Amino acid sequence: MSVPNQAAALRVAIVGAGPSGLYAAVELLRRDARATVELYDRQPCFGGLVRSGVSPDHAERRRVSAFYERLALASGRFRFHGNVEIGERISHADLCHHHDAVIYASGLSADRSLGIAGEDLPGSHAASDFVAWYNGHPDHAQRHYDFDHERAVVVGNGNVALDVARMLLLGAARLRHTDIAEHALQALAGSRIREVVILGRRGPAQASFTAPELLELIEQDEFEVVIENDNSFQHPAEADPGIALRLRLFEEIRRRPGSAGARRLVLRFLATPLEIVGGERVTAIRVADNELVAHADGALRARAGTSTHVIDAGLVFRSVGYRGRPPAGLPFDAATGVVPNRAGRVFDPRGGDQYRGVYVAGWLKRGPRGVIGSNKPCSRETVDALLQDAAAGKLECVADRDALDALLAECGADRVDYKGWKAIDEQERLNGLACGRPRVKLVEMTDLLAAARAPARRRAA
Amino acid sequence: MAYVILGTCINDAACVDVCPVACIHPAPAEAGFATADMLYIDPQICIDCNACAEACPINAIVREQDLTPKLLRYKTLNAEMALARSKVA
Ligand SMILES: Cc1cc2nc3c(=O)[nH]c(=O)nc-3n(C[C@H](O)[C@H](O)[C@H](O)COP(=O)(O)OP(=O)(O)OC[C@H]3O[C@@H](n4cnc5c(N)ncnc54)[C@H](O)[C@@H]3O)c2cc1C
Ligand SMILES: NC(=O)c1ccc[n+]([C@@H]2O[C@H](COP(=O)([O-])OP(=O)(O)OC[C@H]3O[C@@H](n4cnc5c(N)ncnc54)[C@H](OP(=O)(O)O)[C@@H]3O)[C@@H](O)[C@H]2O)c1
Ligand code: SF4
Ligand code: SF4
Repeated sequence: MSVPNQAAALRVAIVGAGPSGLYAAVELLRRDARATVELYDRQPCFGGLVRSGVSPDHAERRRVSAFYERLALASGRFRFHGNVEIGERISHADLCHHHDAVIYASGLSADRSLGIAGEDLPGSHAASDFVAWYNGHPDHAQRHYDFDHERAVVVGNGNVALDVARMLLLGAARLRHTDIAEHALQALAGSRIREVVILGRRGPAQASFTAPELLELIEQDEFEVVIENDNSFQHPAEADPGIALRLRLFEEIRRRPGSAGARRLVLRFLATPLEIVGGERVTAIRVADNELVAHADGALRARAGTSTHVIDAGLVFRSVGYRGRPPAGLPFDAATGVVPNRAGRVFDPRGGDQYRGVYVAGWLKRGPRGVIGSNKPCSRETVDALLQDAAAGKLECVADRDALDALLAECGADRVDYKGWKAIDEQERLNGLACGRPRVKLVEMTDLLAAARAPARRRAA
Repeated sequence: MAYVILGTCINDAACVDVCPVACIHPAPAEAGFATADMLYIDPQICIDCNACAEACPINAIVREQDLTPKLLRYKTLNAEMALARSKVA
């Protein structure tokens, strides 16, 4: 489908250079042969959580970003404006004024809390912060973690909890071959952690760990894996082949012979945290044993029983999902944690009116769920809506391209364009080559900006 | 011989778009795509054309004969799961 004749070509702003922003850009450029895309990110880098979420031992997945960057660039109708925070450097109103439409694909980056006592103690951390730290996100490079206790606890049964546990257990010998941030490699090399306990409030059949991540636990030799408090006998044969496969993999983990390895991972099910215990810092976590209760809607929920246990630990990570703040100028539904939208069109939740020319995609639209590729149909749906609105004459742009360029020049941001990002990328790879690693990330904003400004050189080397 | 998807798969479905014999499941239009842990190739239908491997943005697809010992599991997993999926759909 293409867009019928219009007076001027569409100019669309996309906020966020993570997967959903990139998917939306490529889809839009492909579907409308005249449209131009201006892509903004508060970071001078591409990737969003693909760069700062996906774990260093899974870095091959990061290739997806460069792949779609190249597709967008090949259109010749695409510009990147890195290090430009929307709402900070450029307001929502200005963005709308200078584009026909705006797609917010800015994700959800804060953590959900547990709401229990002791969560603020030193040693109690959000997985989202830890992940951003070991991946070298400049906002998180200054963090400090004490790995001087033998046990860490991770609360939650999603893939992020598994990422955190692997990073704590893989050991420096293995991590040294990844693109983990140098500061994290140094800190983890001195770690005394011998055991990580992942707490799930329900059972293996309800856990969100995906099959490839479970298979990875079976195939690795760096640490032992133990399952505790398992209720899988309560589960009749699973009808869904995906869940049945996961349960088979749990069974294999259970039967896997214990290794002589010095470190181990404990998957402890049916346990709800009640309190994080400690004086000056975390010393333990108190948990209740749960049972599963079927609710009217058929879902099995956890119900805390009366027996409780105390697990000694020096670190507690909560990994119970992400959440976000509303982008300035947009409505937000605190209950669902997303921007109210219908198929990507932003709506006022009270009046029901459409925010003309304003759209959302990715986690900000659907919530903090789904793998990288899940954002592709999501962004496509948003682009469909945008192009329909354009065809119906519902979009308009007040200012022209020169006015946009003037706004960008005056907004005070030290902008990084696509060439600048490529210079950063190249510098990081070169730094990696020097020490046998795939890449060594630049983690200070000043270093990132200096690399972006460095004259294009060395390419011949 | 056939092609095999590995666990690094990010469900991007670029492979589905180019497969000439529609043997990669679940496709975005099929049941279960939204909740799939990864995608799988049905080895009985695959005609070894290499199109998917070229299209995959993260090189998550390899030829069966190129699987390293640690990845061998993915051969049976692709076969089993492609079959299980097509039964559900
Ligand atoms: C720890 C972790 C590990 C993961 N690992 C995997 C994995 O291995 N495989 C997989 O398939 N999926 C993985 N996922 C899921 C995947 O990362 C998400 O599905 C995906 O990144 C969501 O994309 P998004 O574009 O909506 O948001 P994001 O990736 O968060 O991108 C949002 C972008 O918007 C930018 N931004 C935010 N606010 C502003 C602003 N005001 N102005 C300008 N820019 C702004 C941010 O800097 C960021 O670049 C993981 C998720 C997490 C949290
Ligand atoms: N492919 C990969 O390698 C990879 C890696 C990382 C992330 N991702 C994706 O990114 C998305 C986000 O991952 P995620 O791990 O943050 O979220 P998630 O998969 O939604 O898991 C959140 C977990 O937290 C638990 N939880 C929620 N509230 C809790 C509470 N109050 N007490 C105890 N437990 C609680 C949930 O249990 P209940 O089920 O009982 O609510 C669930 O197990 C997922 O789609 C994931 O697949 C993928
Ligand atoms: S194999 Fe590659 S192209 Fe196919 S769904 Fe997985 S990541 Fe995407
Ligand atoms: S090799 Fe060809 S036939 Fe086989 S799955 Fe890939 S695209 Fe389909």
